[in-house]
Amino acid sequence: MMTPKILRALGHWVTDRIWRLGFAARFLLMTLVYSGTALRRLQLTIRETYFTGVLSLVIILVSGLFVGMVLGLQGYETLQRYGSSEALGVLVALSLVRELGPVVAALLFASRAGSAITAEIGLMKATEQLSAMEMMAVNPIARVVAPRFWAGVISMPLLAALFSAMGVFGGYLVGVQLIGVDEGAFWSQMQAAVDFRQDIVNGVIKSCVFGLIVSWIAVFEGYDADPTAEGVSRATTRTVVTSSLAILAADFVLTAFMFRG
Amino acid sequence: MSAEPLVQIRDLNFAYDNRAILSGINITIPRGKVVAIMGPSGCGKTTTLRLIGGQLRPTSGEVRVAGKAVHELDDAGLYHMRRRMGMLFQFGALFTDMSVYDNVAFQMREHTNLPEELIHDLVLMKLHAVGLRGAHRLMPAELSGGMARRVALARAIALDPMLIMYDEPFAGLDPISLSIVGELIRRLNDALGASSIVVTHDVQESLKIVDYVYFVSEGKIVAEGTAEEIRGSKAPYVHQFVWGEADGPVPFQYPARPYGDEMMEQPSKPKAWWA
Repeated sequence: MMTPKILRALGHWVTDRIWRLGFAARFLLMTLVYSGTALRRLQLTIRETYFTGVLSLVIILVSGLFVGMVLGLQGYETLQRYGSSEALGVLVALSLVRELGPVVAALLFASRAGSAITAEIGLMKATEQLSAMEMMAVNPIARVVAPRFWAGVISMPLLAALFSAMGVFGGYLVGVQLIGVDEGAFWSQMQAAVDFRQDIVNGVIKSCVFGLIVSWIAVFEGYDADPTAEGVSRATTRTVVTSSLAILAADFVLTAFMFRG
Repeated sequence: MSAEPLVQIRDLNFAYDNRAILSGINITIPRGKVVAIMGPSGCGKTTTLRLIGGQLRPTSGEVRVAGKAVHELDDAGLYHMRRRMGMLFQFGALFTDMSVYDNVAFQMREHTNLPEELIHDLVLMKLHAVGLRGAHRLMPAELSGGMARRVALARAIALDPMLIMYDEPFAGLDPISLSIVGELIRRLNDALGASSIVVTHDVQESLKIVDYVYFVSEGKIVAEGTAEEIRGSKAPYVHQFVWGEADGPVPFQYPARPYGDEMMEQPSKPKAWWA
């Protein structure tokens, strides 16, 4: 009988996911509880911030520039049909600050830094470095996980802000310098239309939430990885896939609350 | 020095889910001695070490270290006890993002408030003891297997532990490194006044350095004695293990159905990659 077998497999899959979610929630709680070390010995967190944040700068800045340039081209194409090409600055800035900045930067961050964090922690587990740390009376959650978690949480909003800034610059290059939209109108309309509380702060809140989600998933997947080459590879893939889906889902929920008019 | 043994394992049983790994284990590790736990791969030797270190909890029975039942300790108590233990993992488990120097200094920086100048002297002293003072600037990736094991040994004795545990310290070493590591285990144990537990299946090398041996097979202690007693043992299992004989109580063949029956049945299809 196929149906009971499928139902059993489905039930097993669902139960397994719920267990895992519970385990991940407890792991997050433990990470927060043991965050004292990460905050007290700030150089640990600063070092990880360099690896996750500073080393992600190139991909974030280049992507931001190109996304802004494409927005400039596409936006101009549409706006000029309605004779409002001066509103290009508003379109570029609002698209970036509200949505594209936090979301695309978070997706890139998950691929670049999230996967690296998972692979590093997973390999530390596979080579017994985490066990060795435990046997040396050093808690690996405090020493290894918490600094990486907080580094991700700190880096994400800064990277998203830089992504948006670079995107606006890209839009300016294409709109003003290449196509010839009036420079004064580009900047002044942008200044008038972008609201600090409604747009900038909400964008920052989004990127903070995304940073928390990506960092949580990355450290958890690394710590929970099977200690084999295949296990680490699977965990790394799971980090990118789960983070990306979680970012998009969280973006929808946050947008629904923030910009419901 | 107290006459009470440093480690006492009494009626220890341990199982993963319902699969028994250790049953009815009794081991005593006297102070100042080097004791080997030998047996084939997968017989539960490393599990025994993890139970002593408190990384696993026994299903029943108890492990006492320095008079304290390990499984009854809370996290703080366990971590306090581990500060007085050193452990050498099978392949060293050095922190790959730190230099040799930083690996050895790790515990000193984590657990003491010693000034960097003093840590510097202590680290070089520990590395000198294992013959690798000149390698303190190298990264773990630049070390050979034997060197990595010696650095891990220097790291294990960083805080002058009362108990040093070695998990397969001879695995994968060339004869010279093997002999050096063996000699270091004995020498460091005596110099520090510590006790050592060596989990290994390298019989000849370990019998040169240990005071007492426990043989484990399928989760049970099947023989014990001094190195001399073990060498001269007529017990079939010990004799087969010590002299590396293919025939004996440990069968060459993994348990299987009758050969003829298996030859007659249809071959199973290769497992699909998606299954």
